[in-house]
Amino acid sequence: MKIVTTGESKGIAAPPLLTLSGITKRFPGCLANDNVDLAILPGEIHALLGENGAGKSTLVKIIYGVLQPDAGEIRWQGEPIRISSPNFARRLGIGMVFQHFSLFEALNVAENIALAIDDPARRQGLRGRIVEVSTAYGLALDPDRSVHDLSVGERQRIEIVRCLLQNPRLLIMDEPTSVLTPQEAGKLFETLRRLAREGCAILYISHKLEEIKALCERATILRLGRVVAECDPRQESAQRLAELMIGSELKAPTHGRRPPSDAKARLELSNLSLPSDQQFGTDLKDISFTVAGGEILGIGGIAGNGQNELMAALSGETRVRRADAIRIDGKPVGHLDPGARRALGAAFVPEERNGHGAVGAMSLAENGFLSAHRRRGLVSYGLIAGRRTLGFTQEVIEGFDVRSRGPTAEAHSLSGGNLQKFIVGREILQHPGLLVVSQPTWGVDAGAAAAIHQALLDLAEGGSAVVVISQDLDEIFALCDRIAVIAGGRLSTARPIDAVSVEEIGLLMGGGMDGATGERNAHPA
Amino acid sequence: MLIRLEPRGERSTLWAYGSPLLAIALTLATSGVIFALLGKSPALALYTFFIKPLTSPGSLSELLVKASPLVLIGTGLSLGFRANVWNIGAEGQYTVGALAGGGLGLWFYTSTSPFLLPAMIVAGVLGGMAWAAIPAWLRVRFNASEILTSLMLTYVAQLLLLYLVTGPWRDPEGYGFPQSRLFSDAATMPILLEGSRLHLGVALALVVVLLGWVLLGKSLIGFQLKVVGQAPRAARYAGFSDKGLIWLSLMLGGGLAGAAGLFEVAGPIGQLTPQISPGYGFTAIIVAFLGRLHPVGVLLGGLLLALSYLGGEAAQIDLGLPNAVTGIFQGILLFYLLGADILINYRIRFGSRAAVARDPRPA
Repeated sequence: MKIVTTGESKGIAAPPLLTLSGITKRFPGCLANDNVDLAILPGEIHALLGENGAGKSTLVKIIYGVLQPDAGEIRWQGEPIRISSPNFARRLGIGMVFQHFSLFEALNVAENIALAIDDPARRQGLRGRIVEVSTAYGLALDPDRSVHDLSVGERQRIEIVRCLLQNPRLLIMDEPTSVLTPQEAGKLFETLRRLAREGCAILYISHKLEEIKALCERATILRLGRVVAECDPRQESAQRLAELMIGSELKAPTHGRRPPSDAKARLELSNLSLPSDQQFGTDLKDISFTVAGGEILGIGGIAGNGQNELMAALSGETRVRRADAIRIDGKPVGHLDPGARRALGAAFVPEERNGHGAVGAMSLAENGFLSAHRRRGLVSYGLIAGRRTLGFTQEVIEGFDVRSRGPTAEAHSLSGGNLQKFIVGREILQHPGLLVVSQPTWGVDAGAAAAIHQALLDLAEGGSAVVVISQDLDEIFALCDRIAVIAGGRLSTARPIDAVSVEEIGLLMGGGMDGATGERNAHPA
Repeated sequence: MLIRLEPRGERSTLWAYGSPLLAIALTLATSGVIFALLGKSPALALYTFFIKPLTSPGSLSELLVKASPLVLIGTGLSLGFRANVWNIGAEGQYTVGALAGGGLGLWFYTSTSPFLLPAMIVAGVLGGMAWAAIPAWLRVRFNASEILTSLMLTYVAQLLLLYLVTGPWRDPEGYGFPQSRLFSDAATMPILLEGSRLHLGVALALVVVLLGWVLLGKSLIGFQLKVVGQAPRAARYAGFSDKGLIWLSLMLGGGLAGAAGLFEVAGPIGQLTPQISPGYGFTAIIVAFLGRLHPVGVLLGGLLLALSYLGGEAAQIDLGLPNAVTGIFQGILLFYLLGADILINYRIRFGSRAAVARDPRPA
């Protein structure tokens, strides 16, 4: 990739405001940024696009002075510079609006903004300036309102006003619309366009393709820590952007197995619709699929498109009013809690290990008991059968090579990979007829990932149905027999893994073909 | 010099047990200072408050009598607190338990049936449960904070007690005093040790401690309470019903508080009066935390706080100190306990942070 040093795309020879060249940042076990080049021109809205784990956050933290690069050069208006701290970044004129706000609920708007101002002298007349800036940019904000009364969109405005008061030259927005309603997002875009017109550059981080096409003039696309492309998103299709984001050199399926064609369905979903109980959750819409014994179904998609909601509906953490919307081995289970579904032979591995799949401060034995007590008979007369629980825990530790001090080790003392192996092992050793796993190898080292993949393949080999919800398409291609894509709470028709192209998957993931997906899938190219 | 708190990264087991001891030591020191300010010799006052009550004849049984309601209530509360169910209204549940069981005893005040007392105990437990059921239902149905609802219901219960003993349940031969008849023999807790006030309730409190220990440490229900308190999502994932556990927590707390109330009125007090509790329901909250939310710890904490009641009386009689000394002692203890608990997750560092290199000014 060539270093972009001038603003060719603008046609004017405006020197870049910020230039990164050859930025490299390594964390233990992963290369987060690999020789990244990026140039931001004054007054442009520049998208930084990539999947989770592509290195966007790391790069932005380097720009904002939170992290220091291991190698590479940063230039600010042409001058080489070391951005040693966020404080220093702010003095340069770099502002950042984080995805998760840092506001004090009990204080009012003006007090929250005052807290962020380093120089006490500048706190004079702050209320007036807040009103001034917020009206100038259409960011309606009452300085005297308490933060706890405000909506998420209003809270974001506080963060933006906080940045604007520092007269930024570059404003970094980290996934700003992930918490906004469409109306709030629309208003935000107006503000950002106006700022850009006045010469403030905006670095806009997102994986929402339509949004980037609508807002940004230039996009830098990251994949696995590297810049894979730079383009004008307005000229590209959502499909093309998604392909660039997920990469087109996907590996062919690495397993030789074929599910038996006459196997009975073990999990059936029929027209499952479920409004989300979270404020910014995704409603599930009309989801239908079937998984047979011996089969692995992969569910791909970009984060936040309904994966968590689907997982909760499958595990029973969210109940469905219509019991027969979900069937396990033919029995309607929509109304059943997770324990009752386990009794019917289901097992689950949630995405989040600490606090969801396991309790950090409890021992492995207690964590083994947590989900396995029913199917492995670890309770007698209402009491915990200590010896059997230890035996089961030992079985998981040995069978899945969990490196730990033994069954008494607390879960949080294990590395991510070892804890994940423990959780997957705990579920598989309950001999489930159906296993649903979400992000089975998220944040897990390669060795543990391979072991987990093998265990899932073996489970399917034994006649169980397996559902893998994953954002990692390589993983889905390596494991699954069929793939479906979730976008905006809708699930595409599941199709055999060797009959889909990366283009089609990319299109489905971008949600660019909403409504037409079903039809498209019915007639594979 | 700067004092900083530095996160330990993981809980210190040493300080989980050390913090109550540190809190007790600091409380004794502070009490000594307060006694000195009141013009009393700190050594004599501390002796009168904490040692003397244990030296008089029969003092040990008196300590157990005072400790048993604290231990009963504290055990129930600590199980609920484990599940993050903050029942602050045990005092009210205690009162309604005393009213329900005591009312039965008054209704059958001529009865000599051996079943009367067991029926009163059952009624006491049910009364406490019924009072705790209100916050439980409000929490489950409307997500109303049980902290507020259970606390407010305490005052309702106390007014109900006042109304009954000054009105319908007043002793017709009591010269108009606001108190009920004395309970008959069949309605009174049997005395375990001749010549003392040691009654059946004390033994039952010990049984409850044992049962609570097994429930918390060995049973599926105790496991569920712990999981829902530490990781509510993991509890849902495991299929534990959070609503069920809220109900269970409040029923355990309310039932045991109700039993404690009944044991008091049918035991040492012997009738219903407007003053049936020196704040046992509130003190039991301190007992639960002092005992690290563990039944055995609650037993020890209950004994210490019972001593504070006895010591308060002794200080009043021997030194002429106000009875409020007991409340002051309990308040200081809770204050230090909550403060010392910081040490479980943090360590104290003295001295200033290493000087941070200054940022270069932008060119």
